[in-house]
Amino acid sequence: MPTVNLTVNGKAVSANVEARTLLVNLIREQLGLTGTHVGCDTSQCGACVVHVDGKSVKACTMLAVQANGSKVTTIEGLANGDKLHPMQEAFREHHGLQCGFCTPGMVMSAVCLAKGHPNLTEKEVREGLEGNICRCTGYHNIVQAVLAGAKAMGG
Amino acid sequence: MAPNDVGSTGIGASVRRREDRRFLTGRGTYTDDINRPNQTYAWILRSPHAHAAIKSIDTTAAKGAPGVVAVFTGAELGKFGMPCGWLVTGKNNTPMVEPKHPALAEGKVRHVGDPVAVVIAETKSQARDAAEKINVDYAPLPAIMDMKAALKGGGTPVHDAAASNLCFDWELGDKAAVGAAFTKAAHVTKLDLVNNRLVPNAMEPRAAIGDFDRATGEHTLYTTSQNPHVIRLLMGAFVLGIPEHKLRVVAPDVGGGFGSKIYHYAEEAIVTWAAKEIGRPVKWTAERSEAFISDAHGRDHITHVELAMDKDGKFLALRCETLANMGAYLSTFAPCIPTYLHGTLLAGNYATPAIHTNVKAVFTNTVPVDAYRGAGRPEATFQIERLIDKAARELKMDPAELRRRNFIKPSQFPYQTPVALVYDTGNYDATLDQVLKLSDAAGYEKRKAESKARGKLRGRGLASYIEACGIAPSNVVGSLGARAGLYEAATVRVNPTGNVTVFTGSHSHGQGHETTFAQVVSDMLGIPMDQVEISHGDTNRVPFGMGTYGSRSLAVGGTAIVKAIDKIVAKGKKIAAHMLEAAEADIEFKNGKFQVAGTDKSKAFGEIALAAYVPHKYPLDTVEPGLDETAFYDPKNFTFPAGAYVCEVEVDPETGVVEVQSFATADDFGKIVNPMIVEGQVHGGLVQGIGQALLETCVYDKDGQLQSGSYMDYTMPRADDVPSFKVAHSVTACTHNPLGVKGCGEAGAIGAPPTVINAIIDALSEFGVTHIDMPATPNRVWKAIQDAKAGRH
Repeated sequence: MPTVNLTVNGKAVSANVEARTLLVNLIREQLGLTGTHVGCDTSQCGACVVHVDGKSVKACTMLAVQANGSKVTTIEGLANGDKLHPMQEAFREHHGLQCGFCTPGMVMSAVCLAKGHPNLTEKEVREGLEGNICRCTGYHNIVQAVLAGAKAMGG
Repeated sequence: MAPNDVGSTGIGASVRRREDRRFLTGRGTYTDDINRPNQTYAWILRSPHAHAAIKSIDTTAAKGAPGVVAVFTGAELGKFGMPCGWLVTGKNNTPMVEPKHPALAEGKVRHVGDPVAVVIAETKSQARDAAEKINVDYAPLPAIMDMKAALKGGGTPVHDAAASNLCFDWELGDKAAVGAAFTKAAHVTKLDLVNNRLVPNAMEPRAAIGDFDRATGEHTLYTTSQNPHVIRLLMGAFVLGIPEHKLRVVAPDVGGGFGSKIYHYAEEAIVTWAAKEIGRPVKWTAERSEAFISDAHGRDHITHVELAMDKDGKFLALRCETLANMGAYLSTFAPCIPTYLHGTLLAGNYATPAIHTNVKAVFTNTVPVDAYRGAGRPEATFQIERLIDKAARELKMDPAELRRRNFIKPSQFPYQTPVALVYDTGNYDATLDQVLKLSDAAGYEKRKAESKARGKLRGRGLASYIEACGIAPSNVVGSLGARAGLYEAATVRVNPTGNVTVFTGSHSHGQGHETTFAQVVSDMLGIPMDQVEISHGDTNRVPFGMGTYGSRSLAVGGTAIVKAIDKIVAKGKKIAAHMLEAAEADIEFKNGKFQVAGTDKSKAFGEIALAAYVPHKYPLDTVEPGLDETAFYDPKNFTFPAGAYVCEVEVDPETGVVEVQSFATADDFGKIVNPMIVEGQVHGGLVQGIGQALLETCVYDKDGQLQSGSYMDYTMPRADDVPSFKVAHSVTACTHNPLGVKGCGEAGAIGAPPTVINAIIDALSEFGVTHIDMPATPNRVWKAIQDAKAGRH
């Protein structure tokens, strides 16, 4: 079995995986970070989005071995201790989540979308989140949250 | 809004949700996040055929595959039948046909996805790999797919017990009175409608873990359920024969339900049974493509409706003939959806004096159909509101005016409809006025001209709706065939130092009960919200519960909490009277204090709590120690939220693409505890309704293969498919629950589809298009335009 070495939420980890193991399975099942979710099997829903070397990636679309040597951030690594990331805080303030299942992927996508773009428009947010499906919120409050979160991040 | 001393967290405040922190930091606990020591993994082998006899199953190779612990088929699990919770009795007192629904197929498969075998292995991949080694010898049969053809019989029926695939033939209302009204009508409007089959698609796929403790003999099932006690009852008593005291069902964080997680599914029984059989925990998690062919679907009605009117547009009578698809087996509550949740809603918001409906429920070789957000009420609303819009067009009347002319007026409540319901309260003119203003009716012609200048056709659609939520009372629904009670239970446990734990039978899977219910308790007891904890979802903690569906949680579950609090306060008064040496009748409870009326003598809530658990100076002769009360609440009636919606669309006549430009809603949900959460519920419902109108549908081919079986093929609404919304509320308080609340969870999904389709028809009216089926895809819209131009409609 191949060995992968990567940094997850700032911590070096090493794991033996089957070659076919997806990054999301490594994260959830071997590293026990269950905040990253699996909502589909066709890379459509975005519940599994994490950051790999600073870019948002659907973790069901990448083999664990492809992430070898990378820096991975999951939803568990976003807050600074007890202090929520501005995007997490914006989701809370604007009621951008209901059941919470799509939320980790949605927030991780939103952080990437907002990085360097403090003045996103509603249209840019809606198009930018096209790869993340939410069945609960109707997106209205997610859009409000991302606009506010982007501002709070300050680019 | 009730005045309260807890500032911005009481009833009426948009308190930010307490559950959010765990979900936002990845610390929610959904079923698939749970792992039990020494756990195994189940993979379900499902039928690739819609209809086939099973000649043989050979599991030898699978049993010998790496990591495999056990393989079971219908030979072991076919004896367990999945129960149906509602017996509908049709015409001539004929009970519905209720064929056996085995946990694993017995001799025959009836839909693509029908479970045939389960492989249990050390890892999920091993279980999946081994399942490919099971050799099932199928003899395929022609698939029964079309409801009208199915009812003609011929060929092999889905079930031998229903030769013409008819489950029941049910009617409601006065057929003779309706017939008489039609003969004297000045105008009759007719419409044929399809309510498209949908897949609920909660974002969390279903999952279940069975665990068995050999030392205590206790089973535990972790499952993605909206109602763990119902699963305990159905699975324990009616499937596996496990008594309640030996069966714990836990529904932890659940990632959306929309109805699809009400039902007792075979996988729950399979993992619970197998865990004991193999002596290890068994975990099963659905993949999305598996969910498409195993979660109960929604809607799927074909309907003919007719409305009789006098010369002034006054409604005289309505009749409705519906075929309702049950799918291959009866899901838990399937039979009540097209009957008691659809036929009884056909009065809508209108004083139509005579109504008759006939519903034929049909078995087909498709996934079972059951409640999906709205459940029967969207179908009824779509029929009424499309029909009225068509009538207005035929009569050349303003559709708002035609509705207004026929609304039940505020002075007419309580209002007995001709289809069994008694509406307690409402003000339909108020929501209509409100939505017309909110949607800037006055500026419409200008916007239409602007659209035209850009080559787009603008249309404006209106619909009203009424919903019946919190289905009850138990004795009435029992007489209509329900095999369950429809009350709710709650325990309010005041702990010795004055904080409170509430155990509710309602279940939150996105609705925010941990916040809303805590607001109610905090407000009523006058204690800070952080002193209140809401516990739900575990049959070993919560005394009993019927769960969350049909927009019932606050009206029914919330009222059970209120009733338990009433008992707490009543007992607290007795304790306070003793401590304050006053008469019990003189004690008032206000702002968190038990006070002797007219004096400054009082005891704080926390002092009474402590006295109840340290009963030194305490009326032990007459009052038990402790401050812990349970209430069961069985509502006297449904609640009847209602409202009016307006949307504007732009149609591109060259491509048929429809864009929703604006959407405004005015809902009457009675009193509102947390406006932020209620608005969120409306937004979510609207997008599911817009999804039904424009994007979503199940496509089966003639052989019963689901063509739209993944997110690549089934069009889920995405952020760039929908606009932002303008939502408003008006309030008529529910008259029969103490909070004055109605339900808000399904409104959007009920009101949106006719609103959107009415807007599209309005946009296409210049071509003479009078009808379009859902979903109004670009292809359908373009074709409707071309057909109209060519005179083919």
